[in-house]
Amino acid sequence: MTASVETAAVTPRGRSQSRRASGFLFRHPWLRLTGLLSLPMFWLVIAYLGSLGAMLVAAFWTTNDFTGAVVHNGTLDNFRTLVTEQVYRRIALRSVTVAALVTVVDAVIALPMAYYMAKIASPRARRLLVVAILTPLWASYLVKAYAWRVLLSHDGLVNWALQPFGTKGPGYGLVAVVLTLSYLWLPFMVLPVFAGLERIPDTLLEASADAGAKALRTFRSVVFPLLFPAIVAGSIFTFSLSLGDYITVNVVGGTSQLAANVIYDNITTGGNLPFAAAAAFFPVVVMLTYLVAVRRTGALENV
Amino acid sequence: MQRRRWMAMLATGTAALLVISGCGGSSSGGGGSSNSAAPPLPDVAMQQSVGQGEGELDLINWAGYAEDGSNDKSVDWVHPFEKATGCTVHDKIGNTSDEMVQLMKTGQYDGVSASGDATLRLIYGGDVAPVNTSLVPNYATIQPFLKDRAWNSVNGQMYGIPHGWGANLLMWNTKSVHPAPTSWGAVFNPNSPYKGKVTAYDSPIYIADASLYLMKHVPSLGITNPYALDSKQLAASVDLLKEQRKTVGEYWNDYTKEVQAFESGDSTIGTTWQVIANLVNSDKKGLVKAIEPSEGSTGWSDTWMIAAHAKHPNCMYKWMNWITSPTVNAQVAEWFGEAPAQSLACDHTSDKNFCADYHAADKAYSDSLYYWTTPTTHCLDGRGNVCTDYSDWTQAWTDIKG
Repeated sequence: MTASVETAAVTPRGRSQSRRASGFLFRHPWLRLTGLLSLPMFWLVIAYLGSLGAMLVAAFWTTNDFTGAVVHNGTLDNFRTLVTEQVYRRIALRSVTVAALVTVVDAVIALPMAYYMAKIASPRARRLLVVAILTPLWASYLVKAYAWRVLLSHDGLVNWALQPFGTKGPGYGLVAVVLTLSYLWLPFMVLPVFAGLERIPDTLLEASADAGAKALRTFRSVVFPLLFPAIVAGSIFTFSLSLGDYITVNVVGGTSQLAANVIYDNITTGGNLPFAAAAAFFPVVVMLTYLVAVRRTGALENV
Repeated sequence: MQRRRWMAMLATGTAALLVISGCGGSSSGGGGSSNSAAPPLPDVAMQQSVGQGEGELDLINWAGYAEDGSNDKSVDWVHPFEKATGCTVHDKIGNTSDEMVQLMKTGQYDGVSASGDATLRLIYGGDVAPVNTSLVPNYATIQPFLKDRAWNSVNGQMYGIPHGWGANLLMWNTKSVHPAPTSWGAVFNPNSPYKGKVTAYDSPIYIADASLYLMKHVPSLGITNPYALDSKQLAASVDLLKEQRKTVGEYWNDYTKEVQAFESGDSTIGTTWQVIANLVNSDKKGLVKAIEPSEGSTGWSDTWMIAAHAKHPNCMYKWMNWITSPTVNAQVAEWFGEAPAQSLACDHTSDKNFCADYHAADKAYSDSLYYWTTPTTHCLDGRGNVCTDYSDWTQAWTDIKG
C-alpha cells in the first residue's frame, strides 16, 4: 500500500523530468545519435577492430629466442616464414580442405533433414525436431569431442559395431576430425536451411508439379536456387568454425595439425605471440575472401 | 552504389590499420635484437623473512606434484599442508615446460615446479626471484649434487629448491608388445609392427630423444649432447622423427590423454613418465611396463621456484619447505616415480629399496642422464656458436608433425 502511494507521489515529478530530458534530446539530434551509438561503436571500433589491429601490429614483431620476451622491431620475418616454409602451405591446404569437407557433409545431411522439418512434418513434430536439433548445443563442446574420442577409440563403439562386417572405424585422424566437426556444427547448417525452406511457399512447389516437373526437377529448378543463399549462410558458420578449431583435432586428430593448432602451439608451446598473430591472418584472409565471394549470392542479406 | 561505398570504407579502414601498424613498428623498432645470447640478469629482490601465510597459494606444477587425495585417497600432502599453514592450495597442471613458462609470464601464480628446460628461461625472463635458502630449513639436507647446478642457480645464487629428478621411460602394453623392448629403437623403427599404436611426447624437447638415439647408434654424426645440435645434426634428428611419425598413432602432451590411450589400446608403446605407468596400472593391473632403455634416457631435474611478483610469497616459502621435507618428499617421489631431492626422504619411503632403485644418492648415475635443457645457439658442449636454438627446434617440431 505504502509503496503505491510513494510511486504515485513521485511520478508527476519524474515524468516532468523525463519529459524535459526528452525535449532536450529532441533539440539536440547529435547528442541523441551519440548516446544511441556510442556503446555499439565503442564495441565495434575499440574492442573488435582494435583487437584485430593490435594483432596485425604484433605480427610484425619477433621474440627473444631465449627468454621469449617480445622484441618490438618491425619485420616481415613472420610472414616470410609462413609463406616460404612448405609445412605451413601444407597445413593451410589441409585446414581449408577439412573446413570444406565439413561444410559439404553438413549440407548433405542438413538438406533432407530441413526439408522434412519444413515441408512434411506436422507443426507439432516440427517444433519437437527444432528442439532436438538445438538440444546438443546445450552440451559442452568438450564433452561432445571427447564422446567422439571414446566412440572412435580402439575398443570403442564404432569398431565394435563394424567388427561383424570385417572392417573397422577410421581411428584417430583427419577422417575423425571431419566426422566430429560435422557433428558439432550441424545445427548451424540445419537452422538457416530450415528457415530458408520455410520461406518458400508450398504453392511454388505445387505450381512446379502442375507444370509437369518431377520431384527432382522441382528441387533442381525451383527449391535449390531459392535455397542457395540459405545454404551459403549456413556454410559461413560451418566453414569458419571448422577453420578456427584446434581442440577437436587435438582430441581425435591423431598426429594431424591444422592452421589453428599452429596459432595455439605458438602461443602455449612456442611462446611466440608475434608468429601466432601472423599465422592468425591466414583464417582471417580466407574468411574475408569467402565472404566477398558469397556476397554476390545475396546470402549475407539472409543471415 | 551502396555496396561501392561500403567497399570504399573497408579499404579506408584497412589503410588506416596499415598506417597504425607501420607507426607501431617504427616507433618501437631498433631497440631489440633476437640473438640468443643470455641477456643480463634481471634484478629481482630476494625475500629476507617469512611471515604469516597469506591464506592462498597458486601453483603451476607437473601432474602428481600437488596431490590432494582426488586421484588416490591415500595420496594427499596438500590437505595436511593447508591445515598446518592455513594456505589454501590452487594447483594448475602444466603439461609441458613451454606451457609452464607461458603461465608464469601471466603473473597470476606464486610458484612453479620447473624443469631444467624452463628454469633459465624463467630466471633470465625476470619471472622468478632468487630463493633465500636460509628461509627453507629443509634445504640443508637436499642432496649436495643437486645444489648450485647450471639449471637452478646463477653465479652461485640458488633460484629454487630442488624437488626430484628422474628419467623419461619407454612404456609398452605387455599384452600386445612382444618381445619386451630394451632399446629406444622400438619407437624409432620405421617398420614397427606396432604401426599406428606408437606414441611420443608432443613437445619440441622430444627432439632430444631422437638425437640421444642417434648419438648412440650413428656415431659419425658426432653428437655429444642431445641438446647441442648443429643444423646437420638437427636435420638428422628431424629425419628420424619424420620416419617415426608414420608409425605414430597420436602424440601426447596431456598426461591423462596418454593414460586413456594406453587403457583403451589406442597406444601400445611410447615414451612416458613413471607416474603415467603407475596410473595405468592402478586402473588396469599389469597392463603396462616402463623401463629405462639401453641407450640411457633424457630426464628431468625439477626445481620449485617462486614468482618474481608472487602475491602469496610467505605461503610459497612454506610450500617449498613442506614439499622438500623428508616425509612429503618421500611421498611425492614414490607417487611420481622419481628420485627425491631430499636426502632424508629415503628413510621415509614405504618401499625400503625405493631410493636404491631410483639411484637417489648416486651422483654418477644422476650425471649420466640427459636432463631437459633449453638448447641455445651457444653450444652446450662447448663447440661455440654453431648450434640450433629452441626456436629452431619449435619450428622443426611443427615441420615433423607436418
